[in-house]
Amino acid sequence: MTQVLSIHGLTKSFGHETVVDNVNFTAGTGEVVGFLGPNGAGKSTTMKMIVGFLTPSAGTAVVCGHDVLRDPRAVKAAVGYLPEGAPAYPDMTPLGFLSFIAGVRGYDGADRRERVERAIEMTRIHDVARQPIDTLSKGYKRRVGLAQSLLHDPTVLILDEPTDGLDPNQKQVVRELIRDMAQEKCIVISTHILEEVDAVCSRAMIITSGKVVADGSPADLKAQSGSGDLDEVFRKVTANA
Amino acid sequence: MRNVNLVFRREFAAYFSTPLAYIFIVIFLALAGILTFRLGGFLDREQADLVPFFEFHPWLYLFLIPALSMRLWAEERRLGTIELLLTLPISMTEAVVGKYLAAWAFTATAVALTFPLWLTVNYLGNPDNGVILASYVGSLLMAGAYLAIGSMISATTKNQVIAFVVTTTTCFILTLAGSPAVLDFFSAWAPADVIQAIGNFGFLPHFQSIQRGVIDLRDLIFFGSLIIIALIANAIIVDWRKAF
Repeated sequence: MTQVLSIHGLTKSFGHETVVDNVNFTAGTGEVVGFLGPNGAGKSTTMKMIVGFLTPSAGTAVVCGHDVLRDPRAVKAAVGYLPEGAPAYPDMTPLGFLSFIAGVRGYDGADRRERVERAIEMTRIHDVARQPIDTLSKGYKRRVGLAQSLLHDPTVLILDEPTDGLDPNQKQVVRELIRDMAQEKCIVISTHILEEVDAVCSRAMIITSGKVVADGSPADLKAQSGSGDLDEVFRKVTANA
Repeated sequence: MRNVNLVFRREFAAYFSTPLAYIFIVIFLALAGILTFRLGGFLDREQADLVPFFEFHPWLYLFLIPALSMRLWAEERRLGTIELLLTLPISMTEAVVGKYLAAWAFTATAVALTFPLWLTVNYLGNPDNGVILASYVGSLLMAGAYLAIGSMISATTKNQVIAFVVTTTTCFILTLAGSPAVLDFFSAWAPADVIQAIGNFGFLPHFQSIQRGVIDLRDLIFFGSLIIIALIANAIIVDWRKAF
């Protein structure tokens, strides 16, 4: 396991409100870290700071050796990011969209086609590759977003609610994809669904009111509660925050 | 440059992937024709020039350009793709310039499609084609200034209707800045220097001087600096408001 992600005292305030409060952790390849927390806990904001979309009020994130404050462009080049809701240009086809992203990521000609082809294959969106994204189901849209984040085969993947709003079959597909990639990558996902942590994560961090209140393997967290129920731990640590 | 080009091509293609491009071009051409022949009296004047055509460009742009520029950033915000775009290894300048140039190139396409008028006037008489060329350049520069302002305003909101209305109003004031309608409002209380400065911001005098066939450096600098300042402000606004 190589350490590829380290977060130092990451903090974000909007006005007087502190949304993310001094988050510290490190993660390496082979880890799937699940940010777990109620809505509005600061999971997305933390991710947005790691990928260089929002500037932290304090602290920083280092991704693959690049400091996001000093060299945001290197971080953006190194990381794969799926924003919440998997936004994509609705008038484009997945093929055109992925081709655009691959171009911006620096691929040209045959290399570009190959990258796009591989991402389409990994996320199984072949059937809809030539249809406007506008017309796709939620599940397919999410997979187009995932394909976009995988194009450059990044070591660090940040996925904001990758399965939110999907039906059980679609969830299954996305989870399998995450598990398949877990070995050689460092993946951070956010979710408010507890079963997801059990299904894909090797480590869970419970975040509430911008603070990390629990950090450990799903099994560790379960052991904290008498009943071995993740739900109970979640309720316990988030209730009094 | 590479990224500007990629953003440019994506944006430019986006116009044509919806009916927007075709509707815009058809309406632009139809209105330009009606205004030139009806209001401008192109044929009745019996003069071989395109003055009645160019004369109406500021007014055509006034409500057609905001319709183009309103989606530039407001749409990215509404769709959430702004987060995607700005987490790609691409600089803010590349994103702003690429999008802006696509809108400008699209406007230039629509304006270029008015070439039958140029053919007509050459068929009917012997116009000064140098003046006509200068007028086209001036028209595009003015369109560029409207677009830059529209792009900047579009960056402040996710609501395209707001972007449209605010841009139209702003451009209306800028177009008429040198005219009594606007100056009278200020003359009651503002010092003479301020009034003159406001007067100099009017688009019309600058466009009209180019229309006479003289591309004066001062007019180029006026529109050029306006475009650059608006785009810098555009980038700052996108950066500052991206969290909202």
